[in-house]
Amino acid sequence: MGKIDVLNGNKAAAWGAKLARVSLLAAYPITPQTPLVEYLATFVAEGEIDADLVEVESEHTALSVLQGGVFAGARTFTGTSSQGLALMYEPYIRTSTMRLPIVMALVTREVISPQTVWGGQQDAVTVREAGWIQIWCESNQEVLDTVVQAYKIAENKGVLLPVNVCYDGFSLSHMAERVDIPEQEKVDSFLPKPDITHVKLDPANPMSVDPLTAGPMLTEYRHKQVTAMNHAKKVIEEVRQEWFQLFGRDHGGMVDVYRMEDAEIAIVCMGSPAGTARVAIDEMREHGIKVGMVRIRVLRPFPVEEMKTLLSGVKAIGTIDRNVSFAAGYGTSYLELLTAFGGKSMPPMIDFIGGLGGSDVTLEQIKQAIVLTQYVANGGEYRSVTWFGLDEVDIESLFEDSEQEAKEGIV
Amino acid sequence: MKQIRFHGRGGQGAVMASELLCHALVHEGNYGQSIPAYGFERRGAPLEAFVKLDNKPIRERTQVYEPDGIIVLDSSLIAQLPVFNGIQANGFAILNTRKKMTLEDIPEQVDTLAIIDANRIALDVFNAPITNTILLGAFSQATKLVSLQSLSECIENYFPKKIVEKNLVAVARGYNEVQVVTRSGPIRKAE
Repeated sequence: MGKIDVLNGNKAAAWGAKLARVSLLAAYPITPQTPLVEYLATFVAEGEIDADLVEVESEHTALSVLQGGVFAGARTFTGTSSQGLALMYEPYIRTSTMRLPIVMALVTREVISPQTVWGGQQDAVTVREAGWIQIWCESNQEVLDTVVQAYKIAENKGVLLPVNVCYDGFSLSHMAERVDIPEQEKVDSFLPKPDITHVKLDPANPMSVDPLTAGPMLTEYRHKQVTAMNHAKKVIEEVRQEWFQLFGRDHGGMVDVYRMEDAEIAIVCMGSPAGTARVAIDEMREHGIKVGMVRIRVLRPFPVEEMKTLLSGVKAIGTIDRNVSFAAGYGTSYLELLTAFGGKSMPPMIDFIGGLGGSDVTLEQIKQAIVLTQYVANGGEYRSVTWFGLDEVDIESLFEDSEQEAKEGIV
Repeated sequence: MKQIRFHGRGGQGAVMASELLCHALVHEGNYGQSIPAYGFERRGAPLEAFVKLDNKPIRERTQVYEPDGIIVLDSSLIAQLPVFNGIQANGFAILNTRKKMTLEDIPEQVDTLAIIDANRIALDVFNAPITNTILLGAFSQATKLVSLQSLSECIENYFPKKIVEKNLVAVARGYNEVQVVTRSGPIRKAE
């Protein structure tokens, strides 16, 4: 039994880094990640973490410092958000191609412009092609547990890729809730000391890292990177099982599934709205709608097989996105699902965009999304993307009196 | 699930109060969420914070729109803001005020009214208008949703050492000096 405490998301992430026995930290404060840096600095100052904390002048330097640290064999941690991530981009893409198992909290936030500091998921989805594994959390317990798990995934010899632990800015980062802090001894038994040998700063055996790489060799390099990303799917599932056996908690693997056993329609979302979606699903099931949820826990690599298996048989899918893709005006999860099904026949799908600029994805909105997805499952036509707060959602006029029961849950 | 909305001004400790209450609820074996309303907080500006409490894990990750009750840390906000908005039936209102407010002065869905002159107590105890723990003591007395003992233990465990003693006095004075009236029952005098 661990210790029960009340932690906000940032403090939960700091606890994860502490329990993982990180030895090198470097971070530059930016809203909403700032308290994370403060908690890490406090841990170091009070001797709770035996790590060097490098005070850097930018996010670019923060990640560059960690790269050097990995060469020297360190276990490293940092975090950032939004514009900080933008400034970090140059070393960020380099980290994944150098195959450095760095773990970084990505405290998701809107990107500027317009000027904003509030929550959203636009920063993280924007970098989903940068070669980092992205794991998305729903609760602060999951944030803590996932930071520890992330090292086990990143440092796996068949993976050796950096991991972003993504959690919604403010909705998780500044919200405090009950968290079970695992015992250090148990975490130690789960997570052995890092053993990085593929890139190494060793004066006795000098090694050239990241030399000029052209044509065929670069192609092979990229191919191996993709292979490692695919292999990570297996490792993520193994880590999930091991974590459950040791700590009795299961946050899902590539996906997290809720009430899908007999579901006729499915909600797909990622991050903190999934918690609210669970409540909406329970309530709408009381009104006769057989709805379940598939939460995208890992956005990169994408759970292609899981999605096809879970969703092929449902009558309609409703995706909820706190972000947009500029490919066709849908949210990211909608677009990713289209790709996963690869043009093969799939259930009709509608998208809902909400929670931008720090606004809530409310219980009411998710219930509306469920009713509208059911409407589509029944053969109804509805707009393919609904922007909460912009588009009028008129549910009452869609339903016949005979469907009174389904309507009651929402109108 | 019970949902509570705090109204305060930047610097009065509304967010700290919501976190302390959350700690106390978890200390009693319950589940709690403390949620600051996110903005550019600055000293003196009105702000809100929320607490959700339940005896099972809380899954919603939203702010509070229809609270079961409110806790108002700053007396001037009662007239300036629609603090009673959204309160559910049989709700409660824990107000920092010098005025002799009665149930006639507040919306009918509020069943329990607790008033306390927290500014006066805060000036006594802290020599500054910091009212958060005083209002939590009053909340404990009026609603019994959390015990004074849990609040006190969490002040000892989580507050910086140099402010523990004064806050223990403040929370106890809030508990003992609050005036509570209910529509459904007789006036409860301070014990």
